[in-house]
Amino acid sequence: MTSQLNMIKARSAAFVLTCLCTMAVFGQNDGSEQNQTGRAGTFVITNARIYTVAGPVIENGTVVIQNGKIASVGTNVQIPGGAERIDGRGLSVFPGMIDADTRMGLAEITLAVPGSVDLAETGNMNAHTRAIKGIHPHSAHINVTRVNGITTVLSRPQGGTISGQAAVIDLNGSTPDEMAVISDFGLVINFPRVVAGGGFGGGGGGGGGGGQADFNALIRRRDQAVEDLKKIFRDAETHLKAQEAYSRDKSLPYVDANPALEAMGPYIRGQRPILFTVERERDIRAVAKFVADMKVKGIIIGGQEAWKAADVLKANNIPVVYTNIYSNPVRDDDPYDYLFNAPAKMESAGVKFAISTGDVGPESRDLPYQAGIAGAFGLAPDAALRSVTLSPAEILGVADRMGSIEAGKVANIVVADGNILEPRTNIRYMFINGRMIPLTSRHTRLFDSFKDRGVPERP
Amino acid sequence: MKKITAYLVLLLLGLGSLPLSAIGQSQNSVLIKGGTVMTAARGTLENTDILVQNGKIARIGKGLSAPAGVRTIDATGKYVTPGIIDAHSHAMLSSINEGSYSVTSMVRIRDMLDPTDITIYRALAGGVTGANLLHGSANSIGGQNSVVKFKWGKSAEEMVVADAPPGIKFAMGENVRRTTQQPLPGMQLRYPRTRQGTIEVMRDAFLRARDYKQAWDDFRAKKTRVQPRKDLELEPIVEILEGKRLVHAHGYRSDEHLNLLRLAEEFGFKIGTLQHALEAYKIAPEIAKHGAGVSIFADSWGYKLEAYDSIPYNGYILWKNGVNVSINSDSGERIRRLNLDAAKMMKYGGVPEEDSLKMITLNPAIQLGIGKRTGSIEVGKDADIVIWSGHPFSAFSRAETTMIEGETYFDRAADAEMRSKMTAEREALEKLDVNRAPGSGGTPPRVPAERREERGHDDIDGGNDR
Repeated sequence: MTSQLNMIKARSAAFVLTCLCTMAVFGQNDGSEQNQTGRAGTFVITNARIYTVAGPVIENGTVVIQNGKIASVGTNVQIPGGAERIDGRGLSVFPGMIDADTRMGLAEITLAVPGSVDLAETGNMNAHTRAIKGIHPHSAHINVTRVNGITTVLSRPQGGTISGQAAVIDLNGSTPDEMAVISDFGLVINFPRVVAGGGFGGGGGGGGGGGQADFNALIRRRDQAVEDLKKIFRDAETHLKAQEAYSRDKSLPYVDANPALEAMGPYIRGQRPILFTVERERDIRAVAKFVADMKVKGIIIGGQEAWKAADVLKANNIPVVYTNIYSNPVRDDDPYDYLFNAPAKMESAGVKFAISTGDVGPESRDLPYQAGIAGAFGLAPDAALRSVTLSPAEILGVADRMGSIEAGKVANIVVADGNILEPRTNIRYMFINGRMIPLTSRHTRLFDSFKDRGVPERP
Repeated sequence: MKKITAYLVLLLLGLGSLPLSAIGQSQNSVLIKGGTVMTAARGTLENTDILVQNGKIARIGKGLSAPAGVRTIDATGKYVTPGIIDAHSHAMLSSINEGSYSVTSMVRIRDMLDPTDITIYRALAGGVTGANLLHGSANSIGGQNSVVKFKWGKSAEEMVVADAPPGIKFAMGENVRRTTQQPLPGMQLRYPRTRQGTIEVMRDAFLRARDYKQAWDDFRAKKTRVQPRKDLELEPIVEILEGKRLVHAHGYRSDEHLNLLRLAEEFGFKIGTLQHALEAYKIAPEIAKHGAGVSIFADSWGYKLEAYDSIPYNGYILWKNGVNVSINSDSGERIRRLNLDAAKMMKYGGVPEEDSLKMITLNPAIQLGIGKRTGSIEVGKDADIVIWSGHPFSAFSRAETTMIEGETYFDRAADAEMRSKMTAEREALEKLDVNRAPGSGGTPPRVPAERREERGHDDIDGGNDR
């Protein structure tokens, strides 16, 4: 324990030195939250319990972090000379968690501070707008989230029918470029739903707005909205083909630029996934049909009743980013645990899924506890851990790089004093891309400022 | 007509088999055997029995046996805690702000309690047995509270804790100033619009109440023969001045809550609780000296400007200063997982386990003036008890049984039974003509609500100003 403390002290001193040097070089610390990008090095964690997620748990194992990657992992590994050692006795090592649906960096304070909010563009079709261009790398949410063991998130725009493009980012870096894992990962579509009161895209719509709705009319309205969406896809295809034709044959008519339609290219052609926000079974089935009809790659975001549509999701390779642990069941007569046990039902139905907070940012740090709650309602503990590590990595197409503790993957690693999915567990060390990240945030700084405050006497 | 009658009959039959009968066992004596009992008062007792008789905790010990006719619950391998009490909730309420004036001390929560709100059942399933039902935060003085126990299936009157001292909601900050709301065209701005205005509205109310009390005192002392007109707005404020009514004051910024403490001191009374008080850690010594309780969110932050300095270490710093801290939900969603919010107090700063548990049990009970009868597992107290599948601070644990005064109001096994009955009922209902598919002659059914419930606690659902 003492040696551990000394270690921490030594490292803190080293860190302060690093900061001072940085300040000397750049003249000033800009005071932002995200200025502390950690430090690179060769690190070795010994004698720890290692939750590899990809394979069995390794007791008394060693992890070597070198050149930003996991150099080796196991019980009998070579420790490079000059490596900084972390005594992992009593500690557990986990892959950094991944929150596969947030709005991280796109809004600092959502209520009544519109100047800090870049969540949604106006208009219905914004395929060309990219979250990566709006993500504020110095948002206080980023450090607050990562010190709880979340190293990577998907951040996406919202609003309209085609909201724009989502980015996958590491929660470290001074610029969006440094943070980006995949700048343009997926296209967000708020799929038209059968809702009373809601319009195209149907994000909202509460009850029937008084009186009885004509169900047939509502279905027709949804179908029309889906047709309108398909037309956008076809328009994009036509536009791209015309452009391609012109580039081959300059005698053909020149095609004016259309950024929104051009941005659709990789998505309508199935090269990158489309994120469909949708909850109810009938709407999820409609998405599956759309995916099949249009031959695109789909991901469900939300997915309350995805387990009921397991057949079509599996048939069309559509995974689910489930964001409803912290939601109440919609109908009063739904079982009280209807949304707590949905992950367990997806697991047993064979649907590929990740658990996500679906949060704007400040509450994303609760991701591990949401997975834990799913564990209380039927999801096996190892599946719960997988649902916030390797599974989201697979869904976001980065499982070759992250999501598990395996040699060769980037070192997004969390060291904790217990099960990371438990709210009593403390994070002791963390690494993003092999950089040791200071466990500080806006919250720890305010804590340090006030924890010992007394009331001063007036002279 | 025939259709409707058939439907009604089925509905009534269905209701007969709904949660109420399945759960509301009339007997309120029970022996809970062999659990790990976290008393929230005298530590954790391994392998311990609790004998409940006539709704009260009669004995706590090892090897107790059940008197004749008293059922036994085997809690071996399980954890037993006091029922959770939420010191800030809007469950059972469909309307919470009388927004026409900024001082509406005359309005009463008890006039609009809905005992069928499903939030009650979901809260029970999260181990919650009682709550402080408050008005919203649109008004500087919002109205009179009700302290209830969640006796699902009983009437609203039976849920109200009769001997809980009366309370009243105060509010300060963005919601009172109405600055989080876009005024509609032609709408007049309401006073106050600033923090300095808000505190003066409150002071004015106390000055009027003091004058009003003086008028009655003079009349009772026969100094005047003209009886003052009874004033429903000022009566509850006089009760505050007399120390008979607890003030539960919504607010965020520490300076603003400090203003309120000073105002209370000026008028010679003590604030009951500072609600939310996400910056209370900045003025913890002042709060401790005044003697107010604080009821916080465990770790919500950043959803509005005045919540931007909220830190999850708030509870720890207040605890360290000796302040009575409770953790509330202010939300029909969050109320289901207050046990995990308490666990976070151990993580952020390191509040000891029992003191963390107290923040959702005994401390709120004390804050609401019902700490003598509930909030901990001690002989003589109400048997408001939760049996958990594992440690209540583990995310992997579930509430298995929740009882109030010895009666079971939630039980996971009974819930499973109820579900199959409801499934059968739904199938029967769906076969009725009225529910036949559109296009095949049936009347089209109303489309169910689609919208995900707002994550809203308090102010996140800006429109409601909870």
